[in-house]
Order: sequence, then structure tokens, then C-alpha cells
Amino acid sequence: MRKTSKKARSQTPRSASGPVTLLVGTRKGAFFIKSDRARRSWALSGPHFLGHIVNHIVLDPRDRRTLLCAARAGHLGPTVFRSTDFGKTWKEAQQPPAFPKAAPGEKGLSVDHVFWLAPGHASEPNLWYAGSSPPGLFRSKDGGVTWEGVAGFNANPMRSPWIGGEQEQGPPDGATLHSVNIDPRDARHLYIGISAGGVFESTDAGASWRPLNGGCAADFLPVKDPEYGHDVHCMRLHPLAPDRIYQQNHCGIYRIDRPGERWDRIGNAMPKQVGDIGFPMVLHPRDPDTLWVFPMDGGTVWPRVSPGGRPASYVSRDGGRSWKRQDKGLPPKQGWFTVKRQAMCADARDPVGVYFGATSGEVWVSASEGERWTCIARHLPEIYSVEAAGT
Amino acid sequence: MNVAVPSQLRDYTGGRALVEARGATLAELLADLDRRFPGIRFRMIDEQDAIRRHIKIFVNQEQARDLGAGLTADDEVTIVGALSGG
Repeated sequence: MRKTSKKARSQTPRSASGPVTLLVGTRKGAFFIKSDRARRSWALSGPHFLGHIVNHIVLDPRDRRTLLCAARAGHLGPTVFRSTDFGKTWKEAQQPPAFPKAAPGEKGLSVDHVFWLAPGHASEPNLWYAGSSPPGLFRSKDGGVTWEGVAGFNANPMRSPWIGGEQEQGPPDGATLHSVNIDPRDARHLYIGISAGGVFESTDAGASWRPLNGGCAADFLPVKDPEYGHDVHCMRLHPLAPDRIYQQNHCGIYRIDRPGERWDRIGNAMPKQVGDIGFPMVLHPRDPDTLWVFPMDGGTVWPRVSPGGRPASYVSRDGGRSWKRQDKGLPPKQGWFTVKRQAMCADARDPVGVYFGATSGEVWVSASEGERWTCIARHLPEIYSVEAAGT
Repeated sequence: MNVAVPSQLRDYTGGRALVEARGATLAELLADLDRRFPGIRFRMIDEQDAIRRHIKIFVNQEQARDLGAGLTADDEVTIVGALSGG
């Protein structure tokens, strides 16, 4: 595997220095947790949208005040809420993500929930992407007020085969399109992940797509080394080394260096008793060789809890050649929570703050790049997403 | 005609549980409701014009199964949020 080039490293931005606000999406609403400058003291506020299932709440890094929130309620259909004052006030999208109405006699698709939100390229200030369940890709050109489907994916004749048909497969809450990654060098160059379906790449702003799954296992399929059908849990492209992409997959931890076409299973270097199954994938904002994962038990009936009831993050500082366990401060035993794919993130400070939310409603922080963990919130609803917003 | 709005949708109606709307069919009534309270329709009706799984709409005492149900001016429409569990 190649090391990151010196050129990429020379472009490393300065670290952030201000307080951090964690944007926490839960099964019953959204919460904000704001730090002091030292990241020692944290203040919880909310809930926003109490009773709504909040899958993702994301700050626009281009203006640092606009938030989008993907929500639905148990009874009500999916929508996107928008705030232009960092959550003081909210307005609902005038035209939320929706598939086209089917022709008479044909069965059309219906968005069950908006799962993933991604701000567009820095050169396209009001552009956002959204991924949905069932798998669909949507785009807003007006900051999230109105949304339209990306027909190159949603109406692609291969969409149904790529996702294994429209049967209710994939995660318990339904198959989903997520991990929308945009190449910082080229706004038209996109990667998406589908669970299940795999990784897909577009070089024409979503007009056409092709699978990019070579080397990834899909051992739940009868076909050996299929072209698509893989179960991507979380995929992240490094902003300073955009040819470097990491993936936490249903079947392991992977890395690809483009223009390479095959993923390397860097999870093979994880301890065998822990394995390399998990949901989240977190990257260091300034070092493309540093990444964090949070393993879960993918054995027998797939309990999807911390292996052995001993939760820990694992960090690699050499692009996945080796891994170090990080469990100081976490429950030493009988800790059976799960960390979902959007529920772990990093800030832009130095040292980097790493954060995760647990299905048991706790938020854990580490201001030491995972070396020591502290619980800063308990008793929240089941946590679906955590994003760190520098202010 | 009168439309009873469940608590889940009263953010759209300014907290009102009973509102007025017009239409010769349920589809027309919902379009009128959406004009008066923008966004309310999509939370009840999906993009294929199906009533969402956990929403029930009654015309007088009868549950409407689709948006083609005919209405008269003295009908009463009741929207119900129907979901159990945690």
C-alpha cells in the first residue's frame, strides 16, 4: 500500500481551536452538546423535534451556521428540516426528497426515511446530497429547501439489480444509500455506499455510475467476488488525500488507493478475537494514515454489540497496517452497546477529539484521540448519529 | 367541511384540532389542506398517493382506502395517527 504523498501532507490545514458542538440524532429527537474551549465541560440542550426519528443532523461547513436535519415521526412521512441560525429556528423543506410518481399501473418507490445528509462541494455553496431508504440519491441546489432525485442513480436500469431488488433486505430499518463522498478536487466525482449494494462511483455529477467493489468480501452472497451486492456500512474519503478511501464493511475493514480498482482488507491486522466487523469509520482530519473504528460482534447470529461486552475503539496510525486498542474509561466488562454507522466522528482540533454515541443513549468523548474516554451524557434515546461541529 | 387533525399534525395547523377544507374527493380535500397548511399532505400521503401506513383517514365513520373517495359538503373527515409500540 502506498503512503500518503508529501504533497498532500503539505496542504494540511491548521487545526481548529474553538468550542465543539456535538449534533446528536436519536430515535426520539435531536440534542446539542456544546463544549467549552478546553473540551472539558459539556452542556446538553434540546430536544429538538421531540418524538421524531432523527437519522442525521449536519452543519454546512461552507457557512458554519446552516444545519439540515433528516427526520420522520412514527406516524408521519419523512422530511428535512433546515436552520440558518445554528438550530435556534427551523423550517421544513418545501419539497422533501421523494421519488417520482409512477405511471398508471406501475409500482413506484416511496421514501421511507432520509438517512444521510452530505454538504456538496466547496465550489457549490447551496448544494446538498441526501441518501434515503429505500436506496435513493437526492440533491438540493437551494440549501435544502427543495430536493430532486438524481435520476442517473434513481432511474438507472441497474439500480434494482445493484440493490438486490426491492425486497425488504439489508439493515433492520431497510436498505439504505449513505456515505455520499465528494472529491474535493472535482465536484463531479462522487462515491456512494449502499447497504446492501456496494460502493458506486460517478465522474459526471451522478449522471452515470459504476460499481467499485473489487477485493471486497460479500460472504453472505452465493457468488464469489461479485461485482456488486456488497454491504457497505460506512465509507470515508480523506479530504487531503482524496484518492485514499476507507470502508467499514459488513465483512471487514477495507482501504483503496485510487486509481486502484481493488480494496485491501486492512482489517486482517485486527486482533482475531475482536475481528473487523463494525459500523462506523472515522478519519483524522489532517493525517490520511490515521483512522478509528468501533468493532462489534459479527459472529453466530450477529449480536451487533461490543465483542465480549468490552467496548473499545481501535486506531490505526499507519493506514491500517496495525491497530491499537483504546478502552481507557469505557466499561471494562458487561458493556453491550452498539455504535451505529453515523454515530462516531472526529473534530478538527489538535489533538483530535473523537466522539461516539451508543444505542444505550450515552455520549462518549475523547479529547486525546481515543486514548481516554469520558461519558458526557446518559439516558438519551437510542443514538443514531453524532456529528462534531466546530463553532 | 370539518377536518379533525391529530396531534401529530397540529404543528402545521397552528395547534388547531379542527380545520376547514374543501374538495369533492379526498384527493381534492388534501390538496386544499396543503394549500392552507403547506407540507401537511406529504407527511400523510406518500409520493405514490398512498395513505401512509400509520395514518388512517375516516370519512364520517368509514375508513378511506385511497384518495378517490367522494365527499359532500356535510361530510366530516377525521385523520388519525395509528401506531403502537415504543
